[in-house]
Amino acid sequence: MTDATLHSPQPSVGDIQMHYMALTRQKRMYSGIAIAIFVLLMVSGFYVADARNAGGFWDGWHQMLDFPAGVVSEAWEKRANLPGLMVKYLPALIETLNIAAVATLIGVIIGLGLSLMSTRGLAKWPLLIPVFRRISDILRAIPEIVIALVLIFMMGGGPVPAMVAIALHTAGAMGKLYSEVNENADLKPVEGLESVGANWMQRMMLGVIPQVAPNYLSYALLRLEINIRASAILGFVGAGGIGYELRNSMTWGQGRFDEAAAIFILLFITIVVVDQVSSHFRNRLIGTGGH
Amino acid sequence: MTDATVTLPVSTLKDEADKIFARKRLKNFGIPGLILAYLVYVFFAFDVPGLADRMRLDNAATLVSDSYSYKTQVTRDNRSGDITVAKEGERKGAYPDGMTPDWVEMTDEGAVVDLPDGHRVLFGPDNSAVYLHPTFGEITAQVSRTDGVTLSLPEADLPDWISYSKARLDIRTDAGRLTMTRSKTEVFRYFFGWELFWFTLDSPYHNKSVFQIVFGPQLDETRSNITGAVQDFWNNAMWRHKDVVWALGETVLMAFLGTMGAAMIALPLAFIAAKNFTPLLLARQIARRFFDFVRGVDALIWTIVLSRAFGPGPLTGALAILITDSGSFGKLFSEALENVDEKQIEGVASTGAKPLQRYRFGVIPQIMPILLSQILYFLESNTRSATIIGAITGGGIGLLITQAIQTQKDWEEVSYYIVLVILMVIAMDWFSGWLRGKLIGRKD
Repeated sequence: MTDATLHSPQPSVGDIQMHYMALTRQKRMYSGIAIAIFVLLMVSGFYVADARNAGGFWDGWHQMLDFPAGVVSEAWEKRANLPGLMVKYLPALIETLNIAAVATLIGVIIGLGLSLMSTRGLAKWPLLIPVFRRISDILRAIPEIVIALVLIFMMGGGPVPAMVAIALHTAGAMGKLYSEVNENADLKPVEGLESVGANWMQRMMLGVIPQVAPNYLSYALLRLEINIRASAILGFVGAGGIGYELRNSMTWGQGRFDEAAAIFILLFITIVVVDQVSSHFRNRLIGTGGH
Repeated sequence: MTDATVTLPVSTLKDEADKIFARKRLKNFGIPGLILAYLVYVFFAFDVPGLADRMRLDNAATLVSDSYSYKTQVTRDNRSGDITVAKEGERKGAYPDGMTPDWVEMTDEGAVVDLPDGHRVLFGPDNSAVYLHPTFGEITAQVSRTDGVTLSLPEADLPDWISYSKARLDIRTDAGRLTMTRSKTEVFRYFFGWELFWFTLDSPYHNKSVFQIVFGPQLDETRSNITGAVQDFWNNAMWRHKDVVWALGETVLMAFLGTMGAAMIALPLAFIAAKNFTPLLLARQIARRFFDFVRGVDALIWTIVLSRAFGPGPLTGALAILITDSGSFGKLFSEALENVDEKQIEGVASTGAKPLQRYRFGVIPQIMPILLSQILYFLESNTRSATIIGAITGGGIGLLITQAIQTQKDWEEVSYYIVLVILMVIAMDWFSGWLRGKLIGRKD
């Protein structure tokens, strides 16, 4: 070592600076190229999207507020109707909420099973781990609307197709999230239970679930929020609930916008309330029990 | 402390323990009980018992069989006597004049249609047709303007696979199907697979193997084989590969433009909403309420509002994603900004950096990994949202899926699109994971 430094001349400050500048220049060039590509993609993407849209951006953007303004002014004229209309659409809202709640419940239970089956160290059949992972991936990848539309064709409209569609998607999403949580679970309790002869079900119920329950619940609440939005959207394509009513009131057009406004308000309040309540509980869950 | 416990009588302790046990028992049985009660309520609220009546199993059967098989129809117009052969009975799949599949033979009086397992249908003169069933015998039917459909069977009883009235005859066997009405007589033969997926019947490359196309003699005088084959595949009228690829591209484009646009709008606003960068409470509150509002007005409502202004198409979808996600990003980014380390900013400031430089070199490098991983996560999940938004506004693959489902007959196309959507989402998932690994290193 000392030999080497003796023979090779000490690099001068100028050399180091040159080297540093060269590196910096290279780095700048790379990030410059990356930014240029990104900007190019954004701009060309915008023009392609604009060209393929029915109405162009430059013609449409000043009309953007026309529809909300129309709805607001009409709702304001008929503001006396609003409370009554909101009561009228309450059952539809409850149906939407029920779809979301049941779908979350069922999806979480299926997802829990999938996640345990696809976590290394916990799986009942370790050889089948890739199979269960692919099942979760596929369930997650199918948009709810596709399952819902196919089921509507088979079962007719109503809440059940939407519920099944959202539950399947939730199962896939939870299968992945929960298996990430499971990977952080301590395996010692499981081993302890195994040594006293507990079967797989008992090991999971007594050894794993208590460790991961706070995280599970927190994710489930987050999912409930997402599912309420999804359930409203599915209603819009014919699966019942508040989305269906919204579409009906939209197709009536001018003159019935007070109904649309009442539904907008109901949906807005619901989403904000659920958002606040669930984030409160999630903070508490993660604050007290989870890591 | 020890004193107190010692003086406590044992019975009090026992009572307390009992109380705890009772509470625990109540919780352990009560919560599942409540869930069960809720499910029972929903079971009736959703009218699940009535579902069995509403369930259309024949629809389900069509859907499943259509997604892996197709039918070729031989149709005789009972007024003009013209016989046409078409796949799925569509004009796009019709055999050109003079060309028939090898199981259909045109004769002077009509046609002979061979079905599998020895079944055979003869189209005879005067709008008659004979179904030759290998075990049941000969079924003869005829349409006339005065009597409608007349039927003669080898047995007196009508078997359950034939439904017959004056207006309509329908014979369904495992080998195929014959229907006869006043206006037309149709024979269906079912095949496994997706019809005309590569080339339509009018293309010279139909029914040619890859080897023949690549190495065989030139099939079209004007084009070389490979260009011709690519053009005919790309412009296939039955499967519309060109439109499908465009639709997939539109969907990814919506997700890309929406996510990136949202991130660019949300980043400066997040600085305003973060406590450590904006001491002014009012400005902070305004930014935060803006995020809450944009998130609270659901993507569904934004989509409806925007589609009124811009009409259907990818731009509407991109803007809907952009608006909704700028709320989510704003919230996430401002939380990330509140957790940055002040020391690094002080260090940059001590070299005499101006505020903008302080942000650029003191803050952005700290939050960049969180930002990028959130953006990429959203990009992946927005590919799915873009499919759904496309179904509502009309754009991208979502539109194609809803159209195909609503026509209620092209189920093979529906399954094709579903497979493509799944592949697209999985590919985006993989891509965003790969990019995240490249940009910020693997998480674990």
